[in-house]
Amino acid sequence: MEGLTLSDAEQKYYSDLFSYCDIESTKKVAANGRVLELFRAAQLPNDVVLQIMELCGATRLGYFGRSQFYIALKLVAVAQSGFPLRVESINTVKDLPLPRFVASKNEQESRPATSYSSDSENQGSYSGVIPPPPGRGQVKKGSVSHDTVQARTSTDQQEPASPVVSPQQSPPTSPHTWRKHSRHPSGGNSERSHAGPGPFWSPFGEAQSGSSAGDAVWSGHSPPPPQENWVSFADTPPTSTLLTMHPASVQDQTTVRTVASATTANEIRRQSSSYDDPWKITDEQRQYYVNQFKTIQPDLNGFIPGSSAKEFFTKSKLPILELSHIWELSDFDKDGALTLDEFCAAFHLVVARKNGYDLPEKLPESLMPKLIDLEDSADVGDQPGEVGYSGSPAEAPPSKSPSMPSLNQTWPELNQSSEQWETFSERSSSSQTLTQFDSNIAPADPDTAIVHPVPIRMTPSKIHMQEMELKRTGSDHTNPTSPLLVKTSDLSEENKINSSVKFASANTVADGYSSSDSFTSDPEQIGNNVTRQRSHSGTSPDHTAPPPPPPRPQPSHSRSSSLDMNRTFSVTTGQQQAGVVAHPPAVPPRPQPSQTSGPIVHRPVDADGLMTHTSTSPQQIPEQPNFADFSQFEVFAASNVNEEQDDEAEKHSEVLPVEKPSDPASSLRVAKTDSKIEEKTAASTPANVSKGTTPLAPPPKPVRRRLKSEDELRPDVDEHTQKTGVLAAVLASQPSIPRSVGKDKKAIQASIRRNKETNTVLARLNSELQQQLKDVLEERISLEVQLEQLRPFSHL
Amino acid sequence: MAVCVAVIAKENYPLYIRSVPTESELKFHYMVHTSLDVVDEKISAMGKALVDQRELYLGLLYPTEDYKVYGYVTNSKVKFVMVVDSSNTALRDNEIRSMFRKLHNSYTDVMCNPFYNPGDRIQSRAFDSMVTTMMIQVC
Repeated sequence: MEGLTLSDAEQKYYSDLFSYCDIESTKKVAANGRVLELFRAAQLPNDVVLQIMELCGATRLGYFGRSQFYIALKLVAVAQSGFPLRVESINTVKDLPLPRFVASKNEQESRPATSYSSDSENQGSYSGVIPPPPGRGQVKKGSVSHDTVQARTSTDQQEPASPVVSPQQSPPTSPHTWRKHSRHPSGGNSERSHAGPGPFWSPFGEAQSGSSAGDAVWSGHSPPPPQENWVSFADTPPTSTLLTMHPASVQDQTTVRTVASATTANEIRRQSSSYDDPWKITDEQRQYYVNQFKTIQPDLNGFIPGSSAKEFFTKSKLPILELSHIWELSDFDKDGALTLDEFCAAFHLVVARKNGYDLPEKLPESLMPKLIDLEDSADVGDQPGEVGYSGSPAEAPPSKSPSMPSLNQTWPELNQSSEQWETFSERSSSSQTLTQFDSNIAPADPDTAIVHPVPIRMTPSKIHMQEMELKRTGSDHTNPTSPLLVKTSDLSEENKINSSVKFASANTVADGYSSSDSFTSDPEQIGNNVTRQRSHSGTSPDHTAPPPPPPRPQPSHSRSSSLDMNRTFSVTTGQQQAGVVAHPPAVPPRPQPSQTSGPIVHRPVDADGLMTHTSTSPQQIPEQPNFADFSQFEVFAASNVNEEQDDEAEKHSEVLPVEKPSDPASSLRVAKTDSKIEEKTAASTPANVSKGTTPLAPPPKPVRRRLKSEDELRPDVDEHTQKTGVLAAVLASQPSIPRSVGKDKKAIQASIRRNKETNTVLARLNSELQQQLKDVLEERISLEVQLEQLRPFSHL
Repeated sequence: MAVCVAVIAKENYPLYIRSVPTESELKFHYMVHTSLDVVDEKISAMGKALVDQRELYLGLLYPTEDYKVYGYVTNSKVKFVMVVDSSNTALRDNEIRSMFRKLHNSYTDVMCNPFYNPGDRIQSRAFDSMVTTMMIQVC
């Protein structure tokens, strides 16, 4: 379609209409139903409507997009002005009046227009500008909203002229006009009409949301008062409910008002005010209400209890049933008391009722206590739905809620608009004060259920850590090592921990050297598995106070490390030959140089490649003080295993394991190890006849070990002298350990337990290894004997 | 969806009774009336325990071939009775509970109205509308 140029007023008007039709708030498509109603309200012959639709492209597209809608509206204006419908006429016809729509929707639209016109007309003669609405009946169509629409239609009769007359009028003026009308005895209506167009206009002028809100409002109000009410209302203020939302209805009311010529100005005002948006409360009314409120409750921020309200309203001589209904409508937060807002709404309804207006099923939006507060007071959704929204159940609840926020939106707009809006805004401001009330009341709202989230600690706590540790200890050997290892990692002085751990592990590996309790003299660790376990257990004692959260990963680490050890062990066992080779890489350098030297001594003596290997490994090992002697043990074990068949290997293994145990062992352990080593060496010495150097080895070994251990343990050994001492040292050395005293104690105790377990395991392992050692030595002796026996032959 | 909703006062007279307008509303009235005995039974049975501990929702009072009757009693001995069509794909217990909760809330709102005298028939439109939402839509 060709481009469409719209004047400002047209732009506003059209956008408002579009938003009105945009019931789904898509902002893109106008609902066909609404649009059709709108067009019908334009009082154009059907064929013209069809032509318009075709011209604007809607029939082609199948829906009314914004541009189509605007074009259609323009064409309606063209048609209404009597111009032939042509596509070109959209832009060619200048100074087109705004399209007039008679039906309720039209009323809405026309309202703005009418309001304009009414502005111009003013003072009671609506009809002046607005040609009588083509059909009151059209109003009855209630296409859009229902009765209010009808009311509108009646007012439309007056209004239609206005749009024509002053399409260019700015919305704000219309409210003024309305106002003036309202001032009249008939003015009540005008007020209402102001209210009608007011809200309507504001949306027009402003964001579409306003109009949608207005629509929502309308829908909200549309239900209940049967149209008859409106009809009857023609004489009496039509049920403002309908009108409340619709400016049109307001207009109708005003019209009616004029016709009705209400009894007293007050009443009229009240009536009109009862229909904010047909049920709007005028300033005077509001003031009156406030004064009445003060007679009951001097504090404007306070409540009127139900009983006093009952007495007060009973004076109005309305039937109790109706009063009950009014109460249901006005007690928005269902607390059994009336705030100022609620009281004004109730009073307003009473006035309206007394003047013949039917009570709405739902509380008119304009009567609702501050929207803001309504939203605050929880039940906004519930109350509207439940209170008196029986009339339009479907619409009420949703309309109430959405309308309220939309009203909130519209309010600023309204504020910007005319006086009427000001009134509105005044109300809103008063409602703001009411808001305070509501906020007071809100808590009483039973429907609100505020559940405060209860923080739940997700982070691991020391207790958790301890539990973890306990678990580790509890579970089998492996556990202790893990926590120990974990601890080691956590502790800042990882080295120390590691060393301690290693010591422990080494102990385990070392056949019980690690265990403080039982330092068997069998450094050999034959049972890799056992060693493994022992290593685990060995590690456990070390881990006195595993660093809290980090430990978790550490346990895995530790476990993994232990697993590694296992793997290494298994490797060693598997590859008796190559295991040694494999081991050295796996085994981190032993921290004890003495040990390395020891085995080295042995190794060279034995002149075994493997041995050298093993010897080197221990050498390497000591370089890493914190490395698990464990690895050395592994190496030793590997070497031992591998060399089982090798006497020399045996020796070496003996030495190595011996060294190993000594290395990882804590000072105490070291001492024990030393002793054991000495024993071993002693044992091995006699066994190793061929190894002359062996006797040398042991002595240096122990010495070295001692040195090593001492060196190694020095940093760690602050207090230890025993396993616990080691642990304590570890603990002390680990600054991060003592998170909490309790935790430390627990950790220490746990570690002690683990250590003890480890000790027992290591002791067993030690004994086993020693046994193996003896066996191996015997074998060695026998082999040597054989060798000797064979030698002469070889020589020969 | 209920076919009949009734609010019975403490003295066992109805404050509000509304049925789906089927042929025999009297039958529903009778069912409600007879269910009162069951309600009393349940109340007294639990009565040993303090009222505080008494559950408000009484559950299925008794089933007939066509209908099921559910009960709910408030702390002030006001009873809500709901008759539900059995053919209705068994409403879950939670749904029944929520319906009773809504009833209770609406009843509270009615009570809050100073113009309502306790003991009067409930004529609140709000209450009516709420019950309408719960009733089977028989048109």
